[in-house]
Amino acid sequence: MAVTGVLRPGHAQIRVMNLEEGVRHYRDVLGLIETGRDDQGRVYLKAWDEVDHNSVILREADQAGLDFFAFKVLDDATLDKLETGLQQYGLKTERMPAGDLLETGERVRFELPSGHLIELYAHKTNIGNGNGIVNPAPWNENAEKGIAPVRMDHCLLYGPNVGEVQKIFEDVLGFQLVERTLTPDGEANIGIWLSCSNKVHDIAFVEHPEPGKLHHVSFYIDSWERILRAADIMSMNDVPVDMGPTRHGVTRGGTIYAWDPSGNRFETFMGGYIVYPDHEVITWTFEGLGEGGGLDYAHRKLHESFLTVVS
Amino acid sequence: MKHAVRIAGIDRTFWCDENDSLLTGILKANSSGIPAGCRGGGCGVCKIQILSGEFSTGCMSGCHVSAEDKAAGKLLACRVYPRSDIELSVIGKMIRCFQKVA
Repeated sequence: MAVTGVLRPGHAQIRVMNLEEGVRHYRDVLGLIETGRDDQGRVYLKAWDEVDHNSVILREADQAGLDFFAFKVLDDATLDKLETGLQQYGLKTERMPAGDLLETGERVRFELPSGHLIELYAHKTNIGNGNGIVNPAPWNENAEKGIAPVRMDHCLLYGPNVGEVQKIFEDVLGFQLVERTLTPDGEANIGIWLSCSNKVHDIAFVEHPEPGKLHHVSFYIDSWERILRAADIMSMNDVPVDMGPTRHGVTRGGTIYAWDPSGNRFETFMGGYIVYPDHEVITWTFEGLGEGGGLDYAHRKLHESFLTVVS
Repeated sequence: MKHAVRIAGIDRTFWCDENDSLLTGILKANSSGIPAGCRGGGCGVCKIQILSGEFSTGCMSGCHVSAEDKAAGKLLACRVYPRSDIELSVIGKMIRCFQKVA
């Protein structure tokens, strides 16, 4: 499947309550590369194998959480088409000017019925991964600094109206529902895992009474061994770990959930599987999420913190 | 230096080093009574009210601790460091996902 339309997660702007503590965590412990700071004081970072200028933006604020999450789209025509689609669906859109974020073109911003701000954009400066594009080395020294994920992979957001959110992603943005968790009565979805590519998910949502909440931003790691290395680095640096290392039944991914110094959860994630448009949706019952191992396949329990701790 | 921290209501006491937050202290003491969340002042799960005692604080998310809360000693246990013996009550509001539909 050629990936057209929406390509991939592009950036997450995360609120931190102490900027330098946040930078120490994301740059020195997680191992992202700092690529710039803007005149508002925001700090821009990217994972070592990402080619675009930034994927994580830290903003100092008096509360934790997520300002917005963005996807890169193929080109300007796609951006215009998707903006029209959102408007026809009945959503208000707003154009954020080029340059508002460093090295980033115009963004189309809209608010989901879950209370989250999502952005689409077509341009961000390609600064490469440091290896060039002719006879490149497979990795470089940045792949060993800190936990060193290869990319910002996806996020899980908590808020109301997950059914409406699913319609917008499927019908307007062209995402595919890959997995879902049902309500206790089996009548609706309380959790949805959506892909714009053939990754197992690019964004996920869980039904929650408070709007606009962040469950986690996830960073992709290449191997289970490096997940264990990530756990070591977290412990060496007193990073509070929520869950894992273990495997999710949902997506089959290897995982650690942990928290940044402002209490924003992040994930180091590996594995999963490739999804194609003709695949059937995988369904987890409400009980399956807990005792069926959907959340934690090794321990088969629904961790209380999964249900209650968001920023 | 360690201080005695008493949780009113369940009448439980644990010792907390003044370099540790009250939440870290209760976890290190293998005790229970204060719900643990993100440990970073961001999620609001460990909200307590200080009834008596001296303490210092770190950053806490404004959406969980207002200025009035601060004045009333309603704080997040993960960001409160004891400077004397402390008495507190637990007021954390646990909002569970799926509430609306479950």
